[in-house]
Amino acid sequence: MMQHLIVLPVIVPLVAGILLLYQRQGLIRYKRTVSIIATALTLAVAIGLVNVATQGEIVYYALGDWQPPFGIVLVLDRLSALMLLVTALLAVGAVVYACAGDDEKGSNFHGLFQWQLLGINGAFLTGDLFNLFVFFEVLLLASYALLLHGGGKARIQASVHYVVLNLAGSSLFLIAVGILYGATGTLNMADMAQRLATLPAERQGLVTAGALMLLVVFGLKAAIMPLYFWLPRAYAAAPAPVAALFAIMTKVGIYAILRVYTLLFSDSAGALSALEQPWVWWLALVTLAVAGIGVIAARDLRLLVAYLVLISVGTLLAGVGIRTPEAISALLYYLIHTTLITGGLFLLADMIGQQRGKAGTRIVKGRPMVQGGGLALLFFIGSIAVIGMPPLSGAIGKALVLNAAEGTQRLWLWPLLLLASLASLIALSRAGSTMFWRSHRGSLSGSVLPRRQWLGVIWLLSTAPLLVALAGPISAYTQATAEQLTNPQRLIDTLLPDAEEAL
Amino acid sequence: METLYAITTGVLTACGLYLTLRGRTFPVVVGLTLTSYAVNLFLFSMGGLTTDGATIVHGDGNYADPLPQALVLTAIVIGFAMTAFVVILAMRARSEAGNDHVDGKKEDRE
Repeated sequence: MMQHLIVLPVIVPLVAGILLLYQRQGLIRYKRTVSIIATALTLAVAIGLVNVATQGEIVYYALGDWQPPFGIVLVLDRLSALMLLVTALLAVGAVVYACAGDDEKGSNFHGLFQWQLLGINGAFLTGDLFNLFVFFEVLLLASYALLLHGGGKARIQASVHYVVLNLAGSSLFLIAVGILYGATGTLNMADMAQRLATLPAERQGLVTAGALMLLVVFGLKAAIMPLYFWLPRAYAAAPAPVAALFAIMTKVGIYAILRVYTLLFSDSAGALSALEQPWVWWLALVTLAVAGIGVIAARDLRLLVAYLVLISVGTLLAGVGIRTPEAISALLYYLIHTTLITGGLFLLADMIGQQRGKAGTRIVKGRPMVQGGGLALLFFIGSIAVIGMPPLSGAIGKALVLNAAEGTQRLWLWPLLLLASLASLIALSRAGSTMFWRSHRGSLSGSVLPRRQWLGVIWLLSTAPLLVALAGPISAYTQATAEQLTNPQRLIDTLLPDAEEAL
Repeated sequence: METLYAITTGVLTACGLYLTLRGRTFPVVVGLTLTSYAVNLFLFSMGGLTTDGATIVHGDGNYADPLPQALVLTAIVIGFAMTAFVVILAMRARSEAGNDHVDGKKEDRE
């Protein structure tokens, strides 16, 4: 049983999704039960996998027992275990929130939600480049349908852009994979890394083109500077639990950049090593600057949170651009924090919008809210965390990232990151004071919110103090992860033990 | 054969790109479809073009690389599903917004 644990994050949502296909609407109690049990089970599996990964060994699962480099493998190292755990934690919050009533606004919510989880988990586990494409498509197709959940003009408009852009991105992904396969003759990432070390000089141009095209695709998913324009509209238009789950989607792109480039273009790749670094670094800085402006300019709370996601993307990619083990460790800590907190803020923004009635999430004066006190408290906690003010987790995350920059990198990163944080401080305090304090006189607006919605938000936002309390063990884990990532030879040796004899 | 193949892929990609950048949803969908054809052809050629070879490994050593064929098969299936989805989406956008512009705007009509 233990050896099959790795494949469970893919199997559990798959089976649950199939079960949930039965009847498009109705049977809501049965569907909610299945969905929550499946998500909780995925969480339990993720915790088990983190336990396995903590022992420091890399484990792989050969699907159909076809051994690498020929078969498709699922690889479990510290990074993928960590990402699975973050996804599962986020999914539990989102699914509990959705059970308060959002799931009844359209058909097949829970089934699609589980399949989205299947795609995300698969993308984190796979060790094969083409399989990564397949899992990307699974998660994208589920996300297209989830984005449309509930319908409405804004959602459909945002979806058209999102779908067309991602279809173009998928085409580019296939071209890039094709080029890399043509140049190296393999799709297994560990095998490809090994072959790149002995690549003939005349093929280097081909590999560079393929690798940089791949960066465009991952950049589109991660919403890096010139490719982010779809994000604010899509995230602001998505139904709240879906927007919360989408908080992990940009991180899938960042994970893919981290995984592919640290493995394929490590020091052993010779002239090709770290070929993505200047692109990622400078574009991350531009992303930070643009996102800071966007946060200030946003006139809607959901749009504001979408730009906060963009700031986190900029920060994370800056860490990827620095490329030292310290930076990777710092960005992984920040990644846990930012995924869960921005997810929670999307849910919270939706709750505030529900209580304000006609004013919705627009940042304008409205009538006082029935449960204004509780919402304001949660908004305050979430804001402190996301801005990066002590004593909550954002402060530690940002400080770690700032500290990881060296030499002239500090000159660029420090002012930009701190100004972006200042921008979010200004924007969030303006939004909070307008919505909670500058209200019209008059009767209270809104009705009491369902308990499940509170539970979902509190589940996600409570990670802010928890991440501080457990900062020691978590940063020890991320440091070990960074160390594992910067030594890709160990992964290659695990997957292809007899490669040296073959050479 | 290589030249013909390369020209076909190139022309398909150029047409697909041009149509994808149009302002109406129908040309965009057609453009995406053409791009996916071009990508499938491109992917197919990545194992090297073989004439008169066995489809899988055979004794005499002259065989076509089977992996790109498997990849193309997967890509075709996925591309087909995506096209079906984007057609329905375009129709819904048309009925919700009242026109077929990708931004849902009316005033850009020439």
